[in-house]
Amino acid sequence: MARPKLPRKSTNIDMTAMCDVAFLLLTFFILATEFKPEEAVDVIIPSSVSSQPAPEKDVVMVSITKDGKVYLTMDDVERKKETLNQLNDRRKLGLSEAEIQKAAALPFYGTPISQLKAAAQLPADKYVADGLEGIPAKDTANNEMLDWMSAITTAYQGAKMNLLLKGDLNSKYPTFKNVIASFKRNDLLKFQMVTNPENVPTGTDLFTTGKRE
Amino acid sequence: MAEMDVSSGGGHKKGPGVKKSKKLSTRVDLTPMVDLGFLLITFFIFTTTMSQPTAMKLNLPKDVENPEEQNQAKESGALTILLGKDNHVFYYEGQLSPDGSNWMSSNFSGENSIRDVLIKKKKDVIANHVHTVNGICQEIWAKNNNDQTACRDKDLVVVIKPGEESTYKNVVDILDEMTINVIKRYALVDISEGETQLIKATEAANPK
Repeated sequence: MARPKLPRKSTNIDMTAMCDVAFLLLTFFILATEFKPEEAVDVIIPSSVSSQPAPEKDVVMVSITKDGKVYLTMDDVERKKETLNQLNDRRKLGLSEAEIQKAAALPFYGTPISQLKAAAQLPADKYVADGLEGIPAKDTANNEMLDWMSAITTAYQGAKMNLLLKGDLNSKYPTFKNVIASFKRNDLLKFQMVTNPENVPTGTDLFTTGKRE
Repeated sequence: MAEMDVSSGGGHKKGPGVKKSKKLSTRVDLTPMVDLGFLLITFFIFTTTMSQPTAMKLNLPKDVENPEEQNQAKESGALTILLGKDNHVFYYEGQLSPDGSNWMSSNFSGENSIRDVLIKKKKDVIANHVHTVNGICQEIWAKNNNDQTACRDKDLVVVIKPGEESTYKNVVDILDEMTINVIKRYALVDISEGETQLIKATEAANPK
């Protein structure tokens, strides 16, 4: 029996609708994307069961890299300037007004205080975390974090400050201890550690009660 | 949609000498455009940050001039955790005995992990809770509609002593254990010279 002949259809599909969808999605993702702010210092953070998001405003962040270098990041330019003024007065750095302006524009601090002047002169592409030696905080005798934190406390007087600590998984405890000591000495008794979220292990007290301190 | 009407408007005829131009198709192949669209979508999906970092709060005690002023912990409820090299954990209950008989080893995961130790210790403390009339617990129970499950663990104090060789991750992990096991009283304390020696000796005796 002869099969009835099927009419041959064109295989050309109209791509217009698909194109519309693609670009609609594209627009959505472009608008919804918030680019990761460029991390000045490269650290791999540990995880914790804490569920509070890390604050993003009025941040003073101390980062500890895996080889124990300490860096400081602040987001408020005015307060940065004030901090630098304080340091300038206390340590007799002899920075001029213009040099303070320049140093306040730095994205982070990671040199001994005595080298701040030189650091501010570096071109932006040379000022990278790897090339700097970090704020000295490895031993208790020469803990410059004390000076920094004391200047910052003065600069943030009467204002809200979110003190964040961002440590690398493999950084050793003594550096962390010295950083904490610098907080404690300046009466900054509350701080937060930046972590990645993690699930609460099943069967534990926190899991059953769901209460968080 | 991708076509446009390009037929010359109106129906007026051209003169006999005018050549009729050939009508070209205005259909555009949109496949490459779709390709490009999806490529960009993939790029934006991958660069979007989904998980926000969280923050873990830590309140420090104020340094006191003379340690006698600090609260003394009940010996029965005290657990001291020491952090050593390579994720090793050591602990002892109450005071460290001079012969080191209550010095124990543990780790972060697997059998006999520090979590199991903490859970067991908490249970012990709750079981051994002695209720004193007019004690602190009396007030707390009265506040919570006589719910006597609360406050029984008030004697539990965990002292955390990270050693020189421990890492930041170890410290965060152990502080996290406190949250996980709902331990309200804990302190981060500097390690003593004797304990550092003991950690070194134990690690040298059991190299893993």
